[in-house]
Amino acid sequence: MPLNDRIVIIGAGEAGVAAALELRARGHAGTITLLGAEAEAPYERPPLSKAFLMDDSMAPTPIGGAAGLETANIGVRRGCTALRLERASRQVIASDGTTHSYDQALIATGARARRLRLPGAGDVPVHYLRTMADAFTLRALVQPPARIGIIGAGFIGLELAASARKLGCEVTVFELAPRILARAVPEELAALIARRHVSEGVMLMTGVALVDVARAGAALQVTLADGRGFAFDHLIAGVGAEPETALAAEAGLAISNGIAVDERLQTSDPAIFAAGDCCAFLHARYDMARLRLESWRNAQAQGRHAAQAMTGVGTPFHALPWFWSDQYDLHLQICGLNLHKGVQVRRGTPGEGLILFDLDDAGRLTGASGLGTISQIGRDMRIAEMLVERAAVIDPSVLADSGRPLKALLRA
Amino acid sequence: MGETWIDACAFSAIEPEDVTRFDHKGRTFAIYRTEDDEVYATDGLCSHEQVHLADGLVMGHIIECPKHNGRFDLRSGAAKGAPVCIDLKTYATRIIDGRIQICL
Ligand SMILES: Cc1cc2nc3c(=O)[nH]c(=O)nc-3n(C[C@H](O)[C@H](O)[C@H](O)COP(=O)(O)OP(=O)(O)OC[C@H]3O[C@@H](n4cnc5c(N)ncnc54)[C@H](O)[C@@H]3O)c2cc1C
Ligand code: FES
Repeated sequence: MPLNDRIVIIGAGEAGVAAALELRARGHAGTITLLGAEAEAPYERPPLSKAFLMDDSMAPTPIGGAAGLETANIGVRRGCTALRLERASRQVIASDGTTHSYDQALIATGARARRLRLPGAGDVPVHYLRTMADAFTLRALVQPPARIGIIGAGFIGLELAASARKLGCEVTVFELAPRILARAVPEELAALIARRHVSEGVMLMTGVALVDVARAGAALQVTLADGRGFAFDHLIAGVGAEPETALAAEAGLAISNGIAVDERLQTSDPAIFAAGDCCAFLHARYDMARLRLESWRNAQAQGRHAAQAMTGVGTPFHALPWFWSDQYDLHLQICGLNLHKGVQVRRGTPGEGLILFDLDDAGRLTGASGLGTISQIGRDMRIAEMLVERAAVIDPSVLADSGRPLKALLRA
Repeated sequence: MGETWIDACAFSAIEPEDVTRFDHKGRTFAIYRTEDDEVYATDGLCSHEQVHLADGLVMGHIIECPKHNGRFDLRSGAAKGAPVCIDLKTYATRIIDGRIQICL
């Protein structure tokens, strides 16, 4: 790519900012325009359900550091939504009346909170958490002695439950599935997380279906399929995220549970790439399976990868999926896809920590999931990640023996 | 003036290519021993989210934060890229009679 190409990046979240910084790091000298629909300077989302919710004095964590974008001479247009992508003329038309011509464009529009589809959900205030603006709203509401009803025991719902509980609210969580975190977390670890919530005083109800939410005086009434009713001051739904694909779809780009990109993160238009939560990509590590991931590190890695692809680098995206969550002082880390296949090896770590390793039929390490405090699992999980990266074949008895430091395995 | 050498720990208390935590007067530090037995000291908390770096992994001259794997050069404290952007403060070290001292 000519180093003076005009590049327009739509969406100033993790992926968009990572791409912009990577382009500059690779010597790109042309204009880089970042269009961000939100009013705030680019910020990190993960604290919103954690520390940011609990600490009124906490400021947003800027992506790339306070001055990172400025130093790299990258302009962010805040509060500026891309309304149309005109591929024939290679222009982006934005909500503030500006038009931006591009030689190459990156779509990094992320995802939005899925709305609750339930009778009554349109008539009563149900809150969601995706943005800083949402978090400010919740900060004001999640105050003791409020009774908080959380719909959905996914990561956001459970992190919210932990934060609200720590603040002293009365917290109930409703989950349709028979157990929490069924999709992403091994059963044994999910059970430990559930037990912790219960011991902290959260009322955790799994296998329950909501049939109605309605006003009942000043309170909000939740009705379950079995007829039971519960009253709350505030309701928050954490029922998943949906990729933000409207702009791409209207421009006629291929969509497949996300903006469809190939293993280089290129869309069906060679001048346009997509990265982060909004895209469904072909993962070179998993036989080119089409995946869409909602994770902080994936968004950064894909932003950087798309930037490289825009400069002409042809390598396929291969990064190992990695995710973390914090609830109370419990830290969860997962690397790999946790397909619940093959053999699982348990390793107790000092204290109460636990790491589960996934091995395939050939004995190769394919993933690891750890739960405990950071000091119990952080270091071992990092080593595990490097071993998974190498698809190392390791004697399960060594993995299982917490008396044998994992670090020695890196030298093997 | 204002420079003081503080006794931190025994040199032998840290494995080669490893790190330990040292708390002093309400502050916390990370003290490193490299594979070549050099000793370094930095602020103890990651500049991203205030996590103890002593729980992280030392590889060569890099300390990796245990939370999101932010990386720092443990000799200079330099942040080595996202998500860490703010360098760590470093402190001079010396070994006297098998004990590590750091200069505050
Ligand atoms: C509360 C919360 C907690 C989380 N915690 C964790 C965690 O612990 N661990 C983890 O791994 N992940 C976590 N995540 C997920 C992680 O934050 C996301 O995966 C990551 O932010 C995705 O980055 P992205 O750049 O793809 O999208 P986003 O961060 O969503 O950024 C996309 C941006 O594009 C903007 N945009 C959309 N459409 C347009 C348009 N047409 N024009 C201009 N701008 C537009 C949006 O307003 C948004 O600012 C969490 C997410 C949330 C919401
Ligand atoms: S807390 Fe250290 S990298 Fe995030």
